[in-house]
Amino acid sequence: MGEVTIGPLSAIPPGEGRSFVADGEKIAVFCTRGGKVFAVQAECPHRGGPLADGLLGGTTLICPLHGWKFDLTTGNPLMGECAIKTFPARVDETGQIVVDI
Amino acid sequence: MKKQNLVVIGNGMAGARTVEEILARGGAHQFDITMFGDEPTGNYNRILLSGVLNGSYQEEEIYLNPLSWYVENKIFLHAGKRASGLLRRAKVVFGEDGRPEPYDKLIIATGSRPYIPPMEGTTMPDGSYKPGVFVFRSLDDCREIAEYAKGKKSAAVIGGGLLGLEAARGLQNFGLQVSVVHLAGHLMQVQLDRAAGNILKADIEMLGLKVLLEKNSTAILGRDQVLGLRFADGSTLETDMVVISAGIKPNWEIAAGAGLTTERGIVVDDQMRCIDDRDIYAVGECAQHRGQTYGLVAPLWEQAKVLADHITGKNPQAAYHGSKVATKLKVMGVEVASMGIVEPEYPEDEVVQFSEPKRGTYKKLIIREGRLVGGILLGDISKAAYLMQAFDRNTPLPEERLQLLFDIGDPPKQVTFEEMNLDTQICNCNGVSKGALIACVESGKRSPKAVMDATRAGMGCGSCKTMVREIVEWACGGNTEEDPSVHYYVPGVPLTKPELIRAIREYNLKSVSAVFDYLAGGKEDAASKPGLASLLKTLWHAEYEDEPDARFINERVHANIQKDGTFSVVPQIPGGITSSAQLRRIADVVDKYHVPLVKLTGGQRIDLLGLKKDDLPKVWRDLDMPSGYAYGKSYRTCKSCVGTEFCRFGVGDSIGLAMKIEHQFQGFDSPHKMKLATAGCPRNCSEAMVKDLGAVAVEGGKWEIYIGGAAGSSVRKGDILTVVNSHEDVLKYMGRFIQYYRENAKYLERTHGFVERLGISKIRAVVVEDSEGIAERLDREIAESKAGYKDPWKDMVRSATPNQFSTLLPVIS
Repeated sequence: MGEVTIGPLSAIPPGEGRSFVADGEKIAVFCTRGGKVFAVQAECPHRGGPLADGLLGGTTLICPLHGWKFDLTTGNPLMGECAIKTFPARVDETGQIVVDI
Repeated sequence: MKKQNLVVIGNGMAGARTVEEILARGGAHQFDITMFGDEPTGNYNRILLSGVLNGSYQEEEIYLNPLSWYVENKIFLHAGKRASGLLRRAKVVFGEDGRPEPYDKLIIATGSRPYIPPMEGTTMPDGSYKPGVFVFRSLDDCREIAEYAKGKKSAAVIGGGLLGLEAARGLQNFGLQVSVVHLAGHLMQVQLDRAAGNILKADIEMLGLKVLLEKNSTAILGRDQVLGLRFADGSTLETDMVVISAGIKPNWEIAAGAGLTTERGIVVDDQMRCIDDRDIYAVGECAQHRGQTYGLVAPLWEQAKVLADHITGKNPQAAYHGSKVATKLKVMGVEVASMGIVEPEYPEDEVVQFSEPKRGTYKKLIIREGRLVGGILLGDISKAAYLMQAFDRNTPLPEERLQLLFDIGDPPKQVTFEEMNLDTQICNCNGVSKGALIACVESGKRSPKAVMDATRAGMGCGSCKTMVREIVEWACGGNTEEDPSVHYYVPGVPLTKPELIRAIREYNLKSVSAVFDYLAGGKEDAASKPGLASLLKTLWHAEYEDEPDARFINERVHANIQKDGTFSVVPQIPGGITSSAQLRRIADVVDKYHVPLVKLTGGQRIDLLGLKKDDLPKVWRDLDMPSGYAYGKSYRTCKSCVGTEFCRFGVGDSIGLAMKIEHQFQGFDSPHKMKLATAGCPRNCSEAMVKDLGAVAVEGGKWEIYIGGAAGSSVRKGDILTVVNSHEDVLKYMGRFIQYYRENAKYLERTHGFVERLGISKIRAVVVEDSEGIAERLDREIAESKAGYKDPWKDMVRSATPNQFSTLLPVIS
């Protein structure tokens, strides 16, 4: 699909995530308190939990349903067995979040 | 590789054992070993000295290593030569003849010497002991005592500890009338309490010994030889000889002279190395580890192993963590086992005791948080092996305390971890088997927390945590590593709860991000956020600066997340009392938002399940009811029975009280959820006795307040905190307990765990009797929390963050 402009950085409060759908692809986008943005698959590989509703600390994400943990930078699991898909994400000069899907 | 010089100062039990351990690890290829021993012999078992004195052993029977052993193992022993000096800069030890012995590594194992209490007349003008005065420490002492005792009539032993009693028994065999003179109020006060000491005293008096207690010896009488003793109270005792056995003093002088840190002993780290010199170790009675010195052999064996592992490089991570002191011995034919403390130290310590002085049997156990922390067995020590193991490994004790003291019929069919099948499911929430836990330990996880993190065992309802911990400890063979974070309030901030509260107040930290910035070096930890948010809200009330990202999603959107990512909504229905108008409104909401499931809850409320996040604010607006907080780590609800309203048995207004409770504590954050109930009579229909807090009306206008009940993953009847006369007093004491719990419980610790951990008597003392003088402050905090309450549903509708209630945002591409 290539690079997609998701919306303004202000759409996501610091330390939280929101789910987006772009052309049928559901992604969860996070904005850390450190000001970085990350995009990953929207649903937890364990039982489909909404990752955007998870708890975020640094770049560690905890799924709200059963506490599976992932590292947003790599998608690797910190607790649990499956990794999650990650997408390169950045904030452009106009303050828009851009994700390469 | 060139061998290093290893010099060992001391050829006693510690020095020789350490060398044996080093040799067992191939140390002969790494080191040329030289030992200094101030006795001319090989090394012997000092514990059996009293056996030599009383004639049950010959001298040669107590040798551990004869001189030939040193030759065979190419150890150069300076037999009968004391080491007189240590020069660290030059790395040499000097013998008393002035000859230097260079070392690369040095082990100090100088042991200890008898402590001589200050008394007049102990020594002659030339400094030697007065004829008839002896200490009891070496084979030479044994020989001299035996020689002097010939033809004498009486002897006194100063010191009624273990060694003193053994010496007394030995002296008796020479046909002497022996008196034991003891400073303390009972014998063997390190190992026994007063009751056990008194039974032992009666036992040994039967053997013909005299026991004098609370006698402070101030002078040894006689000009040229011992004639008697004088005591501080002015009384005297005639005696022909005196054996001093009043404790030991570590020999640290050679270390202190070389500038090594010494306190009560030579201070060492967990590798038994002196803290100021990485090439010098100390081991045995002369060493002080974590503030402790030891005078028993078991700790010494453990130290020797660690030292050998480390010095040979066999295991550079080897660490000594201190020893739990337990002994089993026979004093004058009386069997004694003793472990840990001899008296309870905290009001909540549990004491289990059996005493039958006539038969000389006494048993006492001190239990803290279900674990054995001390024990005395006298006369009958048949349970000693089991108890000493439980003490050493800190394993939980069976609920039936009686079987700790006696073998009663068939033991319960409790399967040991050894016998348990590998596929037995331990964690029933996350389906983790015994085999999976063992595999995880074998893969290198050595702490219960690490295993829980890796397998998710114990991370569901949490009720299996104790068993998971025990299996991990068992699988590690007792060598678990403690994760320091178990003592922290939350894993991401390295402070205990009291330390954390102090720091938060001191730095005026009102938001979770501020806590991470000030107290965790700016490093955020996701799992720690909700616990911090809860604590900050408890401490700052309305002043708390809320950051939604610090909250679990439930508390961010004030609804309970379901398995499919939808939410459930439970409006507040105080006391479970509703009305037709309210029910109509709820019914309209159900229709309008196509609520898939409507269910009556266990807390006497109505649950609307399957709502989309996007609809939540609209649902709240249409319901026009406050949040019931059915989602938070907070006060949840207060059930009630009909009480005096219609019930023919009711003796107290339980509905009215439940409604007051709801309005008093609604929205209170707490370490875990709090579910309450009120019952109008002792029939307890609303199950108030198994709630976190409950109030039960009893005849006479009184209310019993229960705390620490549970009927979830754990089941526990609450403890009665106190009995009061009015609704207002129920609110007051419940509030005090809630605030005390909020300030002192670990995050995610339910009240039942908290009450069991602290003990009801401690909590009652603080909350009811105000033993710490904090009751007024607790009341004030509760009032402030109450004043800071805002219904989150109303509040949220006004102050939502961007896209807070959006399930899925579209992207315009």
